[in-house]
Amino acid sequence: MRNGSKGNTFYDRLVAATPGGELLASCIQCGTCGGSCPSGPDMDSTPRRIFAMVMAGMEDEVLSSNTPWYCVSCYLCTVRCPKEIPITNLMYTLKRMAIAKGHYHKDAHVDWSNSFIGFIEQNGRAFELGIMTRFGLLHKPLNMVKQSSMGLQMMAKGRLSMKPERIRNMPQLTAILNEAKRIAAQEEVL
Amino acid sequence: MTEERVGVYVCHCGHNIAGTVDVESVSRWTADLPNVVVSRDYKFMCSSLGQELVEKDIKELGLTRVVVAACSPHMHEPTFRKACARAGLNPYLFEMANIREHASWVHPYDKDAATDKAKAEVAGAVRRVQELKPLEPFIAQIAEPTLVVGGGIAGINVALEIANAGHPVYLVEREPSIGGHMAQFDKTFPTLDCSACILTPKMFEVGNHPNVTMLTYSEVEEVKGYVGNFDVRIRKRARKVNTDLCTGCGECWSRCPAKVVDTVYEAGLGYRTAIYRPFPQAVPKYPVIDTESCIYFQKGTCKACQKFCPTGAIDFEQEDEILTIHVGNIVLATGFELFDARRIPQYGYGRLANVFSSLEFERMTNASGPTNGKVVLRDGVTEPKSVAIIHCVGSRDKNYNPHCSAICCMAALKFAHLVKEKTDAEVYDFYIDMRTISKDYEEFYDRLLNEGTHFIRGRVAEVTDAARLPGEEGKLIVQVEDTLIGKQRRIPVDMVILMSGLEPQRDAKEIAHLFGIGCSEAGFFIERHPKLDPIATMTDGIFIAGACQGAKDIPTSVAQGAAAAARVLALISQGEIEIEPIRAQIDEERCSGCRICNNLCPYSAIEYIEEKGVSRVNPALCKGCGTCVAACPSQVIEGQHFTFGSLMAQIEGVLWDRRPDGGTTVYTQAEPVAAE
Amino acid sequence: MSEEKLHYAYYPGCSMSTSAHAYGSSIKHVNQALGLEFEEIEDWNCCGASEYISVNALPAYSLIARNLSLAAQTNTHELVAPCSMCYLNLHKVEGYMRKYPDLNEKVNQALAAGGLHYKPGTMHVRHLLDVIVEDVGYDAVAQRVTKPLYGLRVAPYYGCLITRPESEYNPEYPTHLDELMRRLGATVIDFPLKTHCCGGHMTQISEETAYELMRRILHNADEYKADLIVTLCPMCQLNLDAFQPQVNQMFGTNFHMPVLFFTQLMGLAFGFSQNQLGIGSEIVSASAALRRISEQPAEPEQRAPKKRDKNALPMPPAL
Repeated sequence: MRNGSKGNTFYDRLVAATPGGELLASCIQCGTCGGSCPSGPDMDSTPRRIFAMVMAGMEDEVLSSNTPWYCVSCYLCTVRCPKEIPITNLMYTLKRMAIAKGHYHKDAHVDWSNSFIGFIEQNGRAFELGIMTRFGLLHKPLNMVKQSSMGLQMMAKGRLSMKPERIRNMPQLTAILNEAKRIAAQEEVL
Repeated sequence: MTEERVGVYVCHCGHNIAGTVDVESVSRWTADLPNVVVSRDYKFMCSSLGQELVEKDIKELGLTRVVVAACSPHMHEPTFRKACARAGLNPYLFEMANIREHASWVHPYDKDAATDKAKAEVAGAVRRVQELKPLEPFIAQIAEPTLVVGGGIAGINVALEIANAGHPVYLVEREPSIGGHMAQFDKTFPTLDCSACILTPKMFEVGNHPNVTMLTYSEVEEVKGYVGNFDVRIRKRARKVNTDLCTGCGECWSRCPAKVVDTVYEAGLGYRTAIYRPFPQAVPKYPVIDTESCIYFQKGTCKACQKFCPTGAIDFEQEDEILTIHVGNIVLATGFELFDARRIPQYGYGRLANVFSSLEFERMTNASGPTNGKVVLRDGVTEPKSVAIIHCVGSRDKNYNPHCSAICCMAALKFAHLVKEKTDAEVYDFYIDMRTISKDYEEFYDRLLNEGTHFIRGRVAEVTDAARLPGEEGKLIVQVEDTLIGKQRRIPVDMVILMSGLEPQRDAKEIAHLFGIGCSEAGFFIERHPKLDPIATMTDGIFIAGACQGAKDIPTSVAQGAAAAARVLALISQGEIEIEPIRAQIDEERCSGCRICNNLCPYSAIEYIEEKGVSRVNPALCKGCGTCVAACPSQVIEGQHFTFGSLMAQIEGVLWDRRPDGGTTVYTQAEPVAAE
Repeated sequence: MSEEKLHYAYYPGCSMSTSAHAYGSSIKHVNQALGLEFEEIEDWNCCGASEYISVNALPAYSLIARNLSLAAQTNTHELVAPCSMCYLNLHKVEGYMRKYPDLNEKVNQALAAGGLHYKPGTMHVRHLLDVIVEDVGYDAVAQRVTKPLYGLRVAPYYGCLITRPESEYNPEYPTHLDELMRRLGATVIDFPLKTHCCGGHMTQISEETAYELMRRILHNADEYKADLIVTLCPMCQLNLDAFQPQVNQMFGTNFHMPVLFFTQLMGLAFGFSQNQLGIGSEIVSASAALRRISEQPAEPEQRAPKKRDKNALPMPPAL
């Protein structure tokens, strides 16, 4: 609930789904986050402006911006914010909200994460070659030609495995993840 | 228990109480309590009419006890005590029940619960008031002299106001000269007056005033006593210069071969010698030897100052002097310290040569500073072609200081003006807000807007020398989000000035403890009331003025100094003060002399009487904290006005509906302490 | 230092056997030399990097918590991760479970479906560098140096996640890797971008953004005349090393800046062979750089004799 407000607004939902999110109320729009962000110049809106848009309830614009997807999780914003707002965490929540709503900037960005997760849910470990191949085929087929030389170099150095590794107790992990998903869906936890 | 005649008055306090608590119902209910002869409710008890109600009833109904259920005793206990006194009832036979802050304001959504709580509180007050005994305040004399601690602009003004009113003042300052930070500045905003020009006349006035005893290079070591009667021990540190013989000619420091960085007056931007006078207009004019950097004190050789002194004033053997003074009032004006910007690594202070703190820049622009007033880079020679000024360094930041330092926006504008005046440089000012709140401040901002400074709204993210784009080689790059445009920008500049925040002195907590006043977590001294009494403390006789109470500008510090002086003068002119008789008292007949209480007393108010083998509380020093009362294993110490009997009665009153027989007292045992 | 071995639960992370196998090998040898015992957690799973948390939080936390729960089954309370991202994830979720009872309850509910449970506060999560610097100590490391890295100019690159968001070390200007390298005999370059981001997974989201971030770091290290960059995170090493040719291609630059793991340099200084430490598996070869190691300590940087420039203004002292 927004400090002082009693609703289920975009702001409220964002804050509720983020550990430490209630600190967002203290934002003075100083711009330290936007000034520190390494990928800031490539974002549609700087983190600061995103939060101004959140305060203004501009849910669609925020969720369709590329900002959360360009967050590199460097946490410079978080450590420099004078109000200790957990900005990186808020960006993660915005990504999840965008996915949950089916309303996001670019399929490719979501697909990258989904490809990664797909292999974890299958094997319990990341499988770089698999992830890159799937993602590449879906979104950047031309790029794959460029990246293939790098791939071959890596393979030659033993740094890229042809086969995925698998944990022994996959059923255990699956059960845990499924239960977590069930709870998340049931309680509408983002 | 004798039959007391209790009058109860339940205040509406407009809507403040009546909006939540059903005051009529409380009043009606109270009327049925034992020994309550009258119970009224009224809109504003603190008004003259309200007070007259009480006085009339005391006289006409022969009330022996009065309860007012209203706001906090902090607000109006004195008001109603005076009303009782006027009607001939001892003011300590009055009890206040706080049904505003404790019932109405904290339970605004549950009126029934608030009303029930109010009833319980009043019931408690009615029971307690009947156990109270009449008390007489004792009168303390106010000694005439005043101690002012801190010789900055606030302290100087306090001293002058009191001295000009004809009363003696001791002005203690721990640096070798008075003047404080204001003596370091070049110009003051918004008038751009030369700081030294407006300060030094006051410094001379106070230094030469017949009523002022100025003790520089001195510090307070111990404070004992209470309002009107403080005994203060002061250490006058040895200058190693005999001030009776010294003429301030300057021969010594011109001969001194030892040079060190002057971290105090020059803010680390310049040098001084081991024997030095802090600045040309120092008051007093005498130099002092810094024994840590003096060649004689460190290695035993040199003594050039002594050789060349024409009056033989150098005295290496001089020792610290201890003096004890007796004063009636104390004013603390210990000022501020600048935030250390090295704590913010991304701004580069201390690593990147051309990043300067605000005080460093003040010294730079000062005509008698290390660069003779020229604005130059750290090499001491090159004039910058572009200067960045960064607001809010170490202020408004939970990582360092959450408070706003009040003066930096104005000082930044001042710097922007000075750079423009002295150089052809482009000036970029980076701010979050522009806080120009006092008289003529906004107009000053407008003036600056018209002088060509580039104002960029954004809190600077970092200052770096890692060039990336064309035009950045060899520069300091200020990276910021220009929030009004919504884009990240990199501005290459030659010089960066950090508007470092104001913090309390680093030993503020020790000072507060020394004087027995409150101090916030950050270190600012705590005022009696933030709105209505910013210069008094919760300790009678000790006042505060200036930046030690909170970051503020010079006009406000001066005004606070005058306010503190006025308060002191009021006390001095009254000559005496009534001290609340809420004290601990030891029943000497039953004291076993175990002395456990002696060392527990935070105010050293308990003495041990050898001949009788008992302890005794000095009512003058006792502040009624109750520690000894609680600690005494034989329960022979009574807290006056807060006896066990009265507290137990209050508890029983509050729990009136928890007793199976409906609330009559069972507490009939003999009082633990003989009351007479 | 006592000869007793320091024992830790070990979370290698997915890249340890593949893209960062050199890190893995060098860690083994360094541990041998320092008396550190790492017990790999039974059947650990991927920490989810920054991907799972972007999609669904509770499963992401549970994925991580399974590892915490398995770690708790070893007989130590110290859990060490050599990868900065793994370290952050484990440390963060451990903290969340301790701080937020509601989250703790839900995560444990999910774990229970797999027959597992984790009591927050059980494991103390550490980064490998922190373990070496705090538990082993600089002196103990220096004592084991038999082949000092004299003359090697090293740029210590911390990246983001070891010092942010929460760390005992300064988030902007840490110095512990610098000091460690100094104790190995290397000449350490204090370069300004040592905690700037390598781009992380941005290589897949936006090449231009990612490669520019890498270019800056490579350029800055180059500007400061580093022989090589030393790092402590497989992602950073991968980006700066394996993508370096792409960076050169995009910007027309000609960087040849090798990127090694700090444990590889430690191993070299302790006398292990390049083979043992996986040196040679880097895409940008380090062999030329390593040949600059000399027998003699480097001459301290000789500047013109320090006569106080009478014009220069004094600098504030170092903190």
